[in-house]
Amino acid sequence: MSLLQDKINKIYPAGTWEEGECPLINVAEADWHEFARTLKEDKELNFDLLSAVVGMDWKENMGVIYYLTSTSNNWDMLAVKVVATGDRDNCYIHTVSDLWKVANFQEREVYDMFGIKFINHPDMRRFFLRNDWKGHPLRKDYDANPELNPIPTDDEVNEDETCTYKLNDKGEVEKVPGKVFEDNEYIVNIGPQHPSTHGVMRFRTSLDGEYVKKVDVVSGYIHRGIEKLCEGLGYAQTLHFTDRMDYMSAHQNRHCLCMCIEKALGIEVPRRAEVIRVMMDELMRISSHLLSFGCTAMDLGATTAFFYGFREREMVLDIFEKTCGARMSMNYNVIGGVIADLHPDFEKDVRALIDIMPKRLKEYHKVFSGNLIAKNRMVGVGKLKKEDAINYDITGPSGRGSNWSCDCRKKHPYSIYGELNEANVFDEVLLDGCDSYSRYMVRMKEIEESCKILAYLVDRIPEGDIRAQVPKIIKLPAGRWYQQVEASRGTFGVYIESDGQKNPYRVHFQSPCFNLVGVMDLCCTGYMIADLITIGAALDFVIPDIDR
Amino acid sequence: MGIDSIKSMKREDFKNNEYIDKLVEELNATGANVVVGAFDDLINWGRANSLWPLCFGTSCCAIEFMSLGAARYDMARFGFEVARNSPRQADYIMVQGTIVHRMAPALRRLYEQLAEPKYVIACGGCAVSGGPFKNSYCVLPGVDKIIPVDVYVPGCPPRPEAMFYGLMQLQRKIKVSKFFGGANRQEKIAEFFAEHPEEKGQIG
Amino acid sequence: MFNFGQWTSAFNNWLLGSGMADWLAILIECVIIGVLILLTYTVLALFYILYERKLCAWFQCRLGPMRVGKWGLLQVFADMFKILIKELICLKGTDRFLFKLAPYIVITSSVTMLACLPWGNGLQIIDWNIGIFFVLAVSSVGVLGILLAGWASNNKYTLIGAMRSGAQMISYEVSLGLAIMTIVVLAGTMDINALVWAQEDAWFLFKGHIPAIIAFIIYVIAATAETNRGPFDLPEAEHELTAGYHTEYSGIHFGFFYLAEYLNLFIVSGIASLMFLGGWMPLHIPGWDGFNAVMNYIPGIVWFLAKAFFISFVIIWFKWTFPRVRIDQLLSFEWKYMMPFALANLMLMAVVVALGWHF
Repeated sequence: MSLLQDKINKIYPAGTWEEGECPLINVAEADWHEFARTLKEDKELNFDLLSAVVGMDWKENMGVIYYLTSTSNNWDMLAVKVVATGDRDNCYIHTVSDLWKVANFQEREVYDMFGIKFINHPDMRRFFLRNDWKGHPLRKDYDANPELNPIPTDDEVNEDETCTYKLNDKGEVEKVPGKVFEDNEYIVNIGPQHPSTHGVMRFRTSLDGEYVKKVDVVSGYIHRGIEKLCEGLGYAQTLHFTDRMDYMSAHQNRHCLCMCIEKALGIEVPRRAEVIRVMMDELMRISSHLLSFGCTAMDLGATTAFFYGFREREMVLDIFEKTCGARMSMNYNVIGGVIADLHPDFEKDVRALIDIMPKRLKEYHKVFSGNLIAKNRMVGVGKLKKEDAINYDITGPSGRGSNWSCDCRKKHPYSIYGELNEANVFDEVLLDGCDSYSRYMVRMKEIEESCKILAYLVDRIPEGDIRAQVPKIIKLPAGRWYQQVEASRGTFGVYIESDGQKNPYRVHFQSPCFNLVGVMDLCCTGYMIADLITIGAALDFVIPDIDR
Repeated sequence: MGIDSIKSMKREDFKNNEYIDKLVEELNATGANVVVGAFDDLINWGRANSLWPLCFGTSCCAIEFMSLGAARYDMARFGFEVARNSPRQADYIMVQGTIVHRMAPALRRLYEQLAEPKYVIACGGCAVSGGPFKNSYCVLPGVDKIIPVDVYVPGCPPRPEAMFYGLMQLQRKIKVSKFFGGANRQEKIAEFFAEHPEEKGQIG
Repeated sequence: MFNFGQWTSAFNNWLLGSGMADWLAILIECVIIGVLILLTYTVLALFYILYERKLCAWFQCRLGPMRVGKWGLLQVFADMFKILIKELICLKGTDRFLFKLAPYIVITSSVTMLACLPWGNGLQIIDWNIGIFFVLAVSSVGVLGILLAGWASNNKYTLIGAMRSGAQMISYEVSLGLAIMTIVVLAGTMDINALVWAQEDAWFLFKGHIPAIIAFIIYVIAATAETNRGPFDLPEAEHELTAGYHTEYSGIHFGFFYLAEYLNLFIVSGIASLMFLGGWMPLHIPGWDGFNAVMNYIPGIVWFLAKAFFISFVIIWFKWTFPRVRIDQLLSFEWKYMMPFALANLMLMAVVVALGWHF
């Protein structure tokens, strides 16, 4: 029994603990909301960050596993398992979206995928699928017959109606209808096909003149059901989906999934492979931030800067292409290591890149962010306080732009980042502007930091194997694992639950962009419609990562 | 890299695909009953060389499309760079990425909003056939289930060179549309929509 | 200097002398001029489209159009043929009459402005004593077309685009007018031909020194905003409003907006060259008679076009360098800084002229 478990036992003696990678406590549904409040507000515990919400279907019952972290106290990650009350058609859990705002969209996703209704959730609509969708796909008894859900040919009806489930005096759950927008509001529909949503995202925006009053996020225009697909595939086959979720963090995401599987199997990855993986991660981060620079510039109307960003990005893509064989969707990490050895030009190309980047970054600043107009557009726009960033779980450059130290590479070092921290190779970039300009500048500075890591590692690539021996058919022992990495846009998490079969029982991807889009309403309200574009560009979400 | 690294195909086989042009020559030589006036030629030349894309990307392929527009590949060389954000002003829609059930009506509407003559390129494995997500519960197994497609570009995502090849193939098709498309094309579209009817919601 | 007026009056005399009725002669002249101006309009607009595409490619380390025709010269013709035969879409729920009228208003306003520009000595279509005033008045008509386009489309994006455009163009017209008035004070005339001749000894930019240079800068900024070009391209801010006020237009109706946008660029550049850089007047430096004589060998039309293209180059350079401003920043810049400054500058010019401190 660890110190944390002792403390929690004092608060909630009824909880039972399950053994596993991190302590997991079973909480009864009736006590859950009160217990959650204590976890968050107790000074000693202070679990103020809800890292992941994983809906589960254990066939006989359904429930949710919450992963909690504390930003101020040095506790391990805590998992809480809550089993829903009621039968499969009508099961309920109390919402925690009033405590952790990030749970708002997360719980809507769980409702969409499992049909678990959250009591007191202010806006219980489907999130990814259309309102007229029949069934909840991630349930184990989901009927995938295409005739039930044919390809729709009619236009979607705007969802203006929402509802809240509430407990009445008799202890029964009743449905209280609500409205997304007031009557007579001027609503402009931005997306799903719009040049600056960076994909197919839809914001229904209520305007007052040019000012934004409310943003309603409608997601799911690229929801491909990756989590369900993973359940039908072997572990090695699930890997390629990670490259196609956040395609700008392909290496990091895949690294995360591989690490999670390796952790479960107890495989030791050869050191050469670890170094290569980290170098690829950092190259990917540079490529991603360069794209982000280009797109921010283009969204703000500075088209030329976009081309400059892409010019250097091509250098990174060349490195990928030579070693991995593809410009995008590299499919490079595999369980136990990497799939191919480095190209002979790798070191030369990386050196050329890190030589040129500082000069180019100065040029970018001259061309774009040093410009008065660009500064006026970004400084003070889309304020996000540190408390809000934590509450909404805004990690990555966006969180660090709000002065929240949330870098996974520093907080929970994985792979060889622990050594890099000891050698003090790179710093965590923190800015306290809390606005779009800070988020943008964090990205630009992170390119420099990534270059430092590359410069340190390029001289220290050890000889040796690139891949550990792994069994031909990979079977994970029964259990659950959660692994986080720092992707280009924030903390990316992978949850795997196995029942000992060849296929995972449940895979959940906790993507950073999902949380980023959750903060759009908070950030945009009170700013102008042109600022909505700026804020979206500075948050820099990738839509397929949200929808999965 | 590139050409030499593919073992199963000889270098000579990578020639420009001019089978359409050859077919036209053959038809002309054998005196097929089709007359192509100079004016038609001029119009087709104009259409083929002024293909303005609609910015439409859903996932990874869209990023490669941005690379296509950027300095190294520079689609402006062919006059493709006037990317329009309004479907009314665009000539072709390049479907880049997976189309899921929720997006399908929107895509179809976008297609109907394009002004004639309009073309469709299915770019990337997902748009061609559903790609790696084919078995999913809400992914369309290829965009040709809802809109007629002119050119398919496979790849995941296709390299910018492959996208160029697809675009040039579309140009070739347009140039000889009198033989294989043109008047026929309208009928083909009508036929297609007869097979894939829309339930409600007419777009005027 | 060669006077084109000789040719035109000779032609006029020949027509009248051939025993033709007066009205017929005038009709023939009008038709010829109409055809000529529309031809010039099209050719110039096509040239400008290619000019901008090539220039922007150059700024962006690209090649630009190069496959269609030599150096991509035929690219714009391909675009033109395509856009001419593209389907015209008119939507349900739009005000059909206004929807179709709007592009014609925009194009008429810009053709009329083009007719006022002096291309060379005697090479001018509309020339009367309030010429420059007329140009300003006609340029305002274009705003009406844009507002109508946004309104008639029955679309929220176009409406926001049109409203932005209206607010922007009406605001910046004030500075534009004040900058031009500054020069009118210096020249003492509004007649375009007289304005050019007044710059025979030196261009107004040098004659009026400080206030003229300030007016020139104000004019270029205001003209950039007037033509809806970056960094002031809010009405069609692509990344906010898809395509702004012309979102719903297709085919040649869109083509009209597209052409007018480019031609307005030429027109504001032409007016800048007329008001500040001597129009078709060659570079003359008082006292350097030999130099002046050599300059006179270069035809006026070359001077005029070269100056206009140069100013257009600067405006295009703006567009491909600066990010877009926001609507409130745009308006506060005009009303809080540009307009008072232009007004003070006008007073300064009046003082300079009254005291005879100019050259």
